Amino acid sequence: MANILPLFTVPHCTCANMNPYETLLSQLLNNDDRTIIMTAENRAAIRHLSTTIGQRFIDVGICEQSMIGMAAGLALRGRIPIVHALSAFLCMRAFEFIRTDVGIANLPVKLVGGVAGILSEANGPTHQALEDVSIMSGIPHVGVFCPADEEDMLIGLPSILSSPQPFYIRYTNAPRSIKHSREFSIGQAETFGEHGDVSIITYGPLLRQAFLAAELLNARGLSVSIVNVRCLKPIDEETLLIAAQRATVVVTLEDHFQRGGLYSILCELLVRHGAQATVLPIAFDERWFQPAMMDDVLKHEKMDGFAIAQRIEDFIETYRQPESWQIHYS
Amino acid sequence: MHLSPSEIRHTRDLALRVREHIIRMSTNGGCFIGASLSCVEILCVLYQHIVDSEAIRTKREDRDVVLLSKGHDVPALYGLFAELGFLDASRLQNHLKANDNIYWHPNRAIPGVEFHSGSLGHLISVGMGIAYDMQMREQHSRVFVILGDGELNEGSIWEACLVAASRGIRNLYLVVDRNHFQANIQTEELNPLEPLDAKFKAFGLKTFACSGHDVDKLYTEFRRMLQSPGPSVLVADTTRGKGLPSIEARADRWFCNFSTDEVDDLLLELHGQHSASLHSPALHVR
Repeated sequence: MANILPLFTVPHCTCANMNPYETLLSQLLNNDDRTIIMTAENRAAIRHLSTTIGQRFIDVGICEQSMIGMAAGLALRGRIPIVHALSAFLCMRAFEFIRTDVGIANLPVKLVGGVAGILSEANGPTHQALEDVSIMSGIPHVGVFCPADEEDMLIGLPSILSSPQPFYIRYTNAPRSIKHSREFSIGQAETFGEHGDVSIITYGPLLRQAFLAAELLNARGLSVSIVNVRCLKPIDEETLLIAAQRATVVVTLEDHFQRGGLYSILCELLVRHGAQATVLPIAFDERWFQPAMMDDVLKHEKMDGFAIAQRIEDFIETYRQPESWQIHYS
Repeated sequence: MHLSPSEIRHTRDLALRVREHIIRMSTNGGCFIGASLSCVEILCVLYQHIVDSEAIRTKREDRDVVLLSKGHDVPALYGLFAELGFLDASRLQNHLKANDNIYWHPNRAIPGVEFHSGSLGHLISVGMGIAYDMQMREQHSRVFVILGDGELNEGSIWEACLVAASRGIRNLYLVVDRNHFQANIQTEELNPLEPLDAKFKAFGLKTFACSGHDVDKLYTEFRRMLQSPGPSVLVADTTRGKGLPSIEARADRWFCNFSTDEVDDLLLELHGQHSASLHSPALHVR
């Protein structure tokens, strides 16, 4: 710690090679002295910041627990730490630190998880964060933001990072899947199309596949709306309930375990409001996914646009057969 | 770097009154009395002679910060806080009652508590964050983290030591209440900690050691430690249950819930007037 910067000396951080996320963080660092960037030796998304922001960049090494505890200490002193690690290790290795140090104290630590869900591609089940939404949203005070792509993330981050509450963010640098609404408020979804035959409610990288599926279903005469929930907690209850009430079939599409994710959240919401809907969950039901590169994962797991359309058609076909959904009492 | 005879007497008197508070909290639900009694002098010397306790009470921005990582010792902390005037001593009568927050682990609803604890192995890393912020603000304040020796079983302790040393958290000072017990077993019978000094050194910390009950030796060693930048650790050798011969260094007297008669007996024993006769069953976790 040779060069100690006083609180109000803000290093001017710019670098021509910065990615859009780094550029956004740079603006925040320049405008807000409280911002601290931390990582547990995971610099992929923030590489250029390490050399430009001096003491406000802290790499603790592969020590996720220490990073979270340290972030809590910094936040206790008024800082806003934005911490980075792979989602599986951030959420699970350091879970009790997040729950106990950040959650109980309700400190504004921003937890940025890399390669969540299917973004871990060929890493294997050790790296598959498929329960991250479930366990993070289970902690009182902790919000959950799961942008569909980089553009969606950059639209939402200013609100998420300036929120006084802790937030878990599923980081993504994926190219945009659709032109997103620039209007963002925490807990508000964006809806594409009118609710008709099918409403696909989704988040994260599968939004792109939802649009591909919708094209195929449209071609077969089915009307499809798509809801990008953006925030899983707080979730846009009104938009979800409207989709559930107006669409004939609701599809929850997520790269998460079926239990504890969007499907569970929607079911809980429906029960709480005494509402009914016909819901097809597309998620990982009690299993991890086959590790491979993205396109292969999507095909193998029947989560590419074509397979999603087929699964929805099959579901509707089954749903239309009265004997298949009537409850039989023996 | 020694306390004067009157300071020694004053600090010993303070420690005696803190022990009285602890004993009074060991009934109607009980408390972790053994570990609370072992850290009394550490806390008394630290708050009375090392940090500016008035700055802590008034939450002055450049205050030193003390974190009780072994949160189950909280009766010692609250007993001391009552004596220092952080909270009204009558409030300790609310121990374990739902109308207050005097429960088995520290929380920030109690004046003087900087951060909650209870889950072991957390507060070195939290302390690092606080210490790092102090450095950024160019403050000369320090962070003291009180650890239990049983707590040193936690991997997060050693992870945090690695980070503290490598990141140069020079205003971080650890104190180990080395009472040689964890729950109902001696530390060396489960996961032996010795050679503890060598372990801390190997992780990059400066190490110091002294008796954890001799107030003058504690003061001298604290001062010696603070003469050079940290991260450093002071291993204070203590006796679990110190002050009550009937429970001292006994594996079965860890968490105790005594009857009010036993509490009266123990208060007499503390003052050397009586040997307590204990009938309440011991709590075993092993």
